[in-house]
Amino acid sequence: MNDLDPEDWLRFEQLVLPHVDNAFNLARWLLRSREDAEDVSQEALLRACRFFRGFHGGDARAWLLQIVRNTCYSWLEKNRPRELMVEFHEELHPQAVATPESIAIADEGRERLGRALETLPPRHREVLVLRELEGCSYKEIAAITSIPIGTVMSSLSRARRELHSALANSSHKEAVREV
Amino acid sequence: MKCDFADSHLQGYFDGELGAPSAAEFERHLQHCVHCAVELVDLDMLSGQLQLAQLYEAAPAALRIKIRADLRPVVPTAAVRQPLLWRWLAAAAALLLLAIAGWRVSPMLRTDDYQAEVAAEIVDAHVRSLQPGHMTGIASSDEHAVKAWFNGKVKFAFPIRGFASEGFPLQGGRVDMVEGRPVVALVYSQREHPVNVFMWPTREQDTSPRAGSRQGYQWIDWRKGKMEFCAVSEASNSDLQQLQRLFTE
Repeated sequence: MNDLDPEDWLRFEQLVLPHVDNAFNLARWLLRSREDAEDVSQEALLRACRFFRGFHGGDARAWLLQIVRNTCYSWLEKNRPRELMVEFHEELHPQAVATPESIAIADEGRERLGRALETLPPRHREVLVLRELEGCSYKEIAAITSIPIGTVMSSLSRARRELHSALANSSHKEAVREV
Repeated sequence: MKCDFADSHLQGYFDGELGAPSAAEFERHLQHCVHCAVELVDLDMLSGQLQLAQLYEAAPAALRIKIRADLRPVVPTAAVRQPLLWRWLAAAAALLLLAIAGWRVSPMLRTDDYQAEVAAEIVDAHVRSLQPGHMTGIASSDEHAVKAWFNGKVKFAFPIRGFASEGFPLQGGRVDMVEGRPVVALVYSQREHPVNVFMWPTREQDTSPRAGSRQGYQWIDWRKGKMEFCAVSEASNSDLQQLQRLFTE
């Protein structure tokens, strides 16, 4: 499956493997599930390894994240095609199953924010994750998501507005429940 | 009332992506546009919330091992360029048998692999830190000062304590890299020996300490309360065990 010679493997190990966390984090938020993210990021890494010869230097993290993103979208197309058509709406239920462990770790704010983030459509969620969690520049985001750099700013703007209102919504609901 | 600048400049300004002339232009605009000023604060609050919530999810250790296991064995390591197919098959079959045997004999094998891999990286990091000027990002025995220094540098909470009266005075700390992720390294000294205690968040269950040595350095690794700890030094292992107990008390 992989015909990298030892020298290429060494380069792969040094350049690409350090970004496994970034790959997993992006997949986790695009797929809204840790389990699926494990499978898909593993598949993405395999793909990256197979096409590593085609990578001629440059930003290895952006290169890998691009592959992860594409792998996530083709996985979504195959397994949850409806999600890709969904525009922002709050009824989209978070996919992540709350295990006793995840509940123990997740303090309230984290849980609330994570849920709010998951209600965003994937294409807005990804720019927020890349910007706020990965700290990517607009240029990197444009490279990873293949959207024009001019569109990055407006996507981010829309995504932030959506997150803001999703958060406002969830705190409103909580207040109602408490009454 | 929303203004035109909000769409064209606000996000870019907030993200530090505007060129100097545009940024200056926007700053002039900010002085008399309440809408943009408020929006800017909102953006900052939202971003702050996201940072605070620590949403970043690192890859589980099992995934790293799976990926390496998936990729590595297919890379030919021998100088032989085109070995006969049957040799590869025979070797693969033998490996498979070994793997099955290993699996049956020791279900903990994978954990041990992980431990060995982490220990190797930790000892490397320890050795790196011994080079002049690499030991501490902040040199201080004041827990609060050290804690303040880490503020904003790592995205997880972790315990900082000095154990001067027990023989392990705090010397400082730095951010180090283990398995490609930032980890906290607290530095203690014990009878002139520097001791590094590495810590990072984990999703795994608590484990009792495991110890070992590598390249003449002793290490001890344990997990507690969703944190993994690994202490390493050239001191004796019983000293490290004492430090481990101080940490878990």
